[in-house]
Amino acid sequence: MEIENKNIDYNKLIISVRDLYKSFGENHVLQGINLDVFEKENVAVLGRSGTGKSVLIKIICGLLRPDSGTVNVLGKEVDKLNDKELRELRLQVGFSFQNSALYDSMSVRENLAFPLVRNARHLTKKEVTSQIESVLSDVGLSQTINQMPSELSGGQRKRIGIARTLILRPKIMLYDEPTSGLDPITSIEINNLINLVRQKFNTTSIIITHDLTCAKSTGDRVAMLFDGKFIKEGTFDEVFNTDDERIKNFYNYNFINQL
Amino acid sequence: MYFKKSRDYFISKKVDGFFIDLNNALQFVLRFFKEVFKPPYEFKEIIRQCYQVGYKSLFLITLTGFITGLVFTKQSRPSLSEFGAASWLPSLVAIAIIRALAPLVTALIAAGKVGSNIGAELGSMKVTEQIDAMEVSAVNPFKFLVVSRVLATTLMVPMLMCYTGAVAMLGAFLNVHQNEMTSFVSFFQAAFDKISFLDIFASLIKSVVYGFTIGIVGCYKGFHASNGTEGVGKSANSSVVLSMFLIFVEEILIVQITNSFRT
Repeated sequence: MEIENKNIDYNKLIISVRDLYKSFGENHVLQGINLDVFEKENVAVLGRSGTGKSVLIKIICGLLRPDSGTVNVLGKEVDKLNDKELRELRLQVGFSFQNSALYDSMSVRENLAFPLVRNARHLTKKEVTSQIESVLSDVGLSQTINQMPSELSGGQRKRIGIARTLILRPKIMLYDEPTSGLDPITSIEINNLINLVRQKFNTTSIIITHDLTCAKSTGDRVAMLFDGKFIKEGTFDEVFNTDDERIKNFYNYNFINQL
Repeated sequence: MYFKKSRDYFISKKVDGFFIDLNNALQFVLRFFKEVFKPPYEFKEIIRQCYQVGYKSLFLITLTGFITGLVFTKQSRPSLSEFGAASWLPSLVAIAIIRALAPLVTALIAAGKVGSNIGAELGSMKVTEQIDAMEVSAVNPFKFLVVSRVLATTLMVPMLMCYTGAVAMLGAFLNVHQNEMTSFVSFFQAAFDKISFLDIFASLIKSVVYGFTIGIVGCYKGFHASNGTEGVGKSANSSVVLSMFLIFVEEILIVQITNSFRT
């Protein structure tokens, strides 16, 4: 699906990553990452498993601390924020987890109400319910409101995970492998949802994926991560129209896997 | 190019690891005391956890308490009868139950049932990124998960201890009544004759300490679980083992302290 209404504002930098390094013991995961994401832009970060894609967005939302380098989100340097400031920033940054990370012991309604009632304590019960119903309708799963996460399919869990982040109306969405473990049709539905979220909620997004279809259909720009470094950035066609063996191998591997 | 240098060991990997763990555990306990007084308070979750810890442990506690009282009385009778002191049974049993057995049995049962449950639940939430999900939704997971559970165990273990004591005394009474035909009133009069306020107060303090230990150890182990499902099993297991070890250490310390008040 082609993105119709982009309205990317290239004068407004939303996320800026500079010289980012991160190691776990002797495993040097990120080795000097630089990335700029502009308002309402969708950037897809492509790469094989273990190349540090998820680590990058976990650093962006402050779940992990970098060894060196700076991460600036909405004008604030993430690493220098105190707990309160970080919590305020996180209200504007939604994070969709690879395994959805729904709270097992809570129903869909409770999962969605959980962040809302704790961050907007002035809301009445009626207002909370209305917001839950509205966001569930946005992801097309109104009928699941009273179900438990264990009763949902993989695709439904992903959608509810996205709905749970959208309920706080974030300015930025970070998607960690949104289509992993899903069948091709459900993957397309999730890709469409990511585009819909951008259009409806005016979000700026980083989509971490190893799925070419997902990167092509959701990313205005694609950044190819290899061994902890970005080796190429540009539109999907610019990145894959190359002689670089590493990118060609990645493309062929994905292509074979989809046959 | 910059990489954070992996730190060399001061003594050995194991010894350094022990002190790092100890430091982390202390930080965890300090964070609890910092967060517990800070609003907003999760009253609903605290009540839910109290229900989980208290009500759901009742059957096991009742069974264990009753059997402890009954068997302890039955086993003590021959030795006392040998010296013609069977009439001392009620006071002996009461002292044993109130001073030591009720707090210890309750704590060990709670460590096994509640401690492992907390370790496994939080461990599973950790490895499935549910704790991270709370964090990125601008919710403080420590307050919601740790503070509520530790408060629940700290409040409920003393209550369960009182209940265990009562049930164990009932078990003891049934055995004494069956053998010596002692009435309910005479049994309890004789039993509480030798019990002082210090005995009851010390047992309550013990239970508060045990309850706190069970909750904080379970939460710490769960919060620091790693390596997928294997890590969940490990955190549940180590919650029980460490809680029980600490309970015995605390028992020795508290007995030493309370004994110094007796003399």
